[in-house]
Amino acid sequence: MPAVSKGDGMRGLAVFISDIRNCKSKEAEVKRINKELANIRSKFKGDKALDGYSKKKYVCKLLFIFLLGHDIDFGHMEAVNLLSSNKYTEKQIGYLFISVLVNSNSDLIRLINNAIKNDLASRNSTFMNLALHCIANVGSREMAEAFASEIPRILVAGDTMDSVKQSAALCLLRLNRTSPDLIPMGEWTARVVHLLNDQHLGVVTAATSLIATLAQKSPDEFKTSVSLAVARLSRIVTSASIDLQDYTYYFVAAPWLSVKLLRLLQCYPPPEDAALRSRLTECLETILNKAQEPPKSKKVQHSNAKNAVLFEAIALIIHHDSEPNLLVRACNQLGQFLQHRETNLRYLALESMCTLASSEFSHEAVKTHIETVISALKTERDVSVRQRAVDLLYAMCDRSNSKQIVAEMLSYLETADYSIREEIVLKVAILAEKYAVDYTWYVDTILNLIRIAGDYVSEEVWYRVIQIVINRDDVQGYAAKTVFEALQAPACHENLVKVGGYILGEFGNLIAGDPRSSPLVQFDLLHSKFHLCSVPTRALLLSAYIKFINLFPEVKGTIQDVLRSDSQLRNADVELQQRAVEYLRLSCIASTDILATVLEEMPPFPERESSILAKLKKKKGSSKLPDLDDSRRTVNGSSEHAEDTEAVNINVNQTCRFLTEELISTDRPHPTSCSATMLPTRTMGPIHTSTDILNLNSTPSSGASLLVDVFSDMANPAPTEGSEDHFPRFVCKNNGVIYENQLLQIGLKSEYRQNLGRMYVFYGNKTSTQFLSFSTSVTSDIVLSSHLSVQAKPVDPLIEAGAQVQQILNIECVSDFSDAPVLNIQFRYGGTLQNIAVKLPVMLNKFFQPTEMASQDFFQRWKQLGAPQQEVQKIFKAQNQMDTDVAKAKLLGFGVALLDGVDPNPANFVGAGIIHTKTTQVGCLLRLEPNTQAQMYRLTLRTSKESVSQRLCELLSEQF
Amino acid sequence: MMQFMLLFSRQGKLRLQKWYVPLSDKEKKKITRELVQTVLARKPKMCSFLEWRDLKVVYKRYASLYFCCAIEDQDNELITLEIIHRYVELLDKYFGSVCELDIIFNFEKAYFILDEFLLGGEAQETSKKNVLKAIEQADLLQESQSEDWGSLPNEEIL
Repeated sequence: MPAVSKGDGMRGLAVFISDIRNCKSKEAEVKRINKELANIRSKFKGDKALDGYSKKKYVCKLLFIFLLGHDIDFGHMEAVNLLSSNKYTEKQIGYLFISVLVNSNSDLIRLINNAIKNDLASRNSTFMNLALHCIANVGSREMAEAFASEIPRILVAGDTMDSVKQSAALCLLRLNRTSPDLIPMGEWTARVVHLLNDQHLGVVTAATSLIATLAQKSPDEFKTSVSLAVARLSRIVTSASIDLQDYTYYFVAAPWLSVKLLRLLQCYPPPEDAALRSRLTECLETILNKAQEPPKSKKVQHSNAKNAVLFEAIALIIHHDSEPNLLVRACNQLGQFLQHRETNLRYLALESMCTLASSEFSHEAVKTHIETVISALKTERDVSVRQRAVDLLYAMCDRSNSKQIVAEMLSYLETADYSIREEIVLKVAILAEKYAVDYTWYVDTILNLIRIAGDYVSEEVWYRVIQIVINRDDVQGYAAKTVFEALQAPACHENLVKVGGYILGEFGNLIAGDPRSSPLVQFDLLHSKFHLCSVPTRALLLSAYIKFINLFPEVKGTIQDVLRSDSQLRNADVELQQRAVEYLRLSCIASTDILATVLEEMPPFPERESSILAKLKKKKGSSKLPDLDDSRRTVNGSSEHAEDTEAVNINVNQTCRFLTEELISTDRPHPTSCSATMLPTRTMGPIHTSTDILNLNSTPSSGASLLVDVFSDMANPAPTEGSEDHFPRFVCKNNGVIYENQLLQIGLKSEYRQNLGRMYVFYGNKTSTQFLSFSTSVTSDIVLSSHLSVQAKPVDPLIEAGAQVQQILNIECVSDFSDAPVLNIQFRYGGTLQNIAVKLPVMLNKFFQPTEMASQDFFQRWKQLGAPQQEVQKIFKAQNQMDTDVAKAKLLGFGVALLDGVDPNPANFVGAGIIHTKTTQVGCLLRLEPNTQAQMYRLTLRTSKESVSQRLCELLSEQF
Repeated sequence: MMQFMLLFSRQGKLRLQKWYVPLSDKEKKKITRELVQTVLARKPKMCSFLEWRDLKVVYKRYASLYFCCAIEDQDNELITLEIIHRYVELLDKYFGSVCELDIIFNFEKAYFILDEFLLGGEAQETSKKNVLKAIEQADLLQESQSEDWGSLPNEEIL
């Protein structure tokens, strides 16, 4: 029987719902709804005042219609009227309507807020709850503005009913999520923490969620919640299951509250207080022990609730990452779940183990489950579980098992669901590169990827294999042989043709000695694929052909014939046509020497992070990607390499410019659009043209590439934004591009010793026109100039098109300072005067000298610097991914020495250094505490001088 | 925090929707459509969790109804599964062997019960007794009007 007796039925509503259910078609339903809407509209507009019951009934009908998926554009006013009814059921329907159909009409919001205000003041707990539910459901800014100060008061008032406290706590939580700026912290925060001690478990349950959310944002304010939460948790886990009465769920004591308390504790590092810490450890051990006890019920609810607490406890153990014993126990527990008959548990165990794999304490323990995980990959029937298995294999991969894992992933790829193929491809590519000891294995793996899942091999992956082959001469011959063999397959993926074309074009000569892969055979093989390929691939192949002409003079005639054919020379595609024309011309008129220079082997690629990793991060969201140990950079060339590159680039560029100008002057006129790739405005020769097809070189494709290469540490090209944006990037490094616009690029190289510094400024003209009357000056305001002196050496007043001039600045730090000098540049470009002002990245920390010291000395000095004005502390949200190595590099770049083994928590950083100024030296100690769970840092600086502490804290806190 | 909860039938008809994050009607419809399709396509023995966009979806089927919640990355899947179960228990206790039709004809009650149990996407009161007490107190405030709905074909959820 449906619930007839419960509450007050609304006959009209029931009839209407039945009618809708009886509609045979969508059209009939729409017709019935329109009829009802017309009826309701006329009732609302009618002269006769409606009684509360009718109003309620019609509002409820409108709500039903809305929930069916139709738009409702009236009835809001009637619903608002219901709010002020003194009949509970009418008020309730009014609130429901408002909660579901929020309307930003400001007049209405004012009326709604008024009604809410009255109900909050009514001291009737049922009405107050309705009002609080409405605020929590709508959660709009207007409501936050109106009630942000009222709700905390209700929450902590001594005479508030328990049920109202519960609603108030979660209402505040919702407002804090939507409009955190409007929620004032204050005296109430301390009292909220004490709700963890409340006798009513429902109040504790609601309050814990609120506190966990607030603690995540301002951990310090809620520090005291840790001990209360541990005490509460301890009481729950040690209670007999009947103690908590109705809060016991299928023989599990307060599972929801336990999970929330464990979540709250994840906002904090392990407690420092030994007694508290051991009490928490006991709790966690008890939870782990309970998992081994026989179940108290066969119901799935029992095991779910119990395991929910267990998984949350494991999450806390992983978060603390400090108790090897607990971590290993957690891992063993999850290992048991890996073979559990419940799919849900297998799924969660795989997921949870992924994070365990990144802890140094449990990485090895996780690895012991490799066979189980591999079998999950093969046998699980649910794709989402298999996905977790892939993630875990990726996370547990290291040098010892990489070959096995990569092989398993490759074989899984053959049958993998389409939805996860691309991700697997990326993962395989990353692992193969990361753990390649022998690069032939790497090349084989990538070619296998292309063979098995060519469609899912993104550009990043095949660009990368080419970068690696070009940078490592030990693998080039093997790569050429392997692609040559792979291309023999009657049907091969276009990505293979691309890789093959590129590699044979560069290194085909390495296998040409074998008659089975003679130049002509290689060419015929490549050309047999040509007609099946898309335009970009054909363009790439044409570049390979011109490279063949240089490598193998004996096939020149054959290739020229191909280039000369109508299908090339008159190709409808402008890019192909242009390449054919230019390459043909080049091969006809250039001498062997010039050809050899222009078509020289690609120089090694500059060092940079694998673009594949970036892609995977983007795909997965960085938080979900377990950090792999990044100690080894595999492919990247050293800095000497990069300088070689520069030399080659410049050399080739000049040759090419000369050559192309020659070409253009002797050639018949080009249509302008066609000549773009070879015109000197882009200063790119054929080598760059081929780079361009691939876009492998991430430097901008303008003349800027020439300048950027000067800075071997520049992994990424500087985006052309205002100079302000570049400034902070120089806090932790000394070299790079500080400014760039359409015309000018300014690069810096600087070095500092004690209180002196020297900065080399490089001005690069990016245009094809001279800069005239070029002059610069460095200005500081009066305050700054007494603390810092900057002397600029003269600079050449003329910068040729595409050229670069250098200027030296000598810097002396007289005493500590906080502003930065400004570099003003003035020059004439095409008749107009250009003015540019750039803030020079000369900061106080540049005058740091790192200081090594023992733990004991550190603490002694730390205590000496204990005066309040000597310490500056800042807690801030992480702007970037929280990576230990990156943080380390930044701190070293900042200028301090990193002291290992000083901080008991290995995740924290401790550093020391001395700031040198002409007048004085300032000792400086710092401590940086990352909290990955909360994505926050706490930075503490102690120096003997307040202004120094302040400034250093400002500078450094912006870097994370 | 739970982002939203959807109740829908095997035929894909939405029976209840509760959103704990502000979204436009258009987005809500799109999400509903996508998720209903995804969940209905899954086979009975599959796991109750799936990754969806940057959220985790937890769902369970009771008779003809699917209960489906979206939670955030760091949230606990199993406890969410039991949130669903507790909500079903509450409905069952209130309506007396609840079935899909109860929720269709008394959708407003289903919302009221949910608000007592979950607020702002978090569990507010997990004691069955306390939630039902709150609802019954409210019912006592209502004028009683008996109605005869006739007998409707019905399938019990629990």
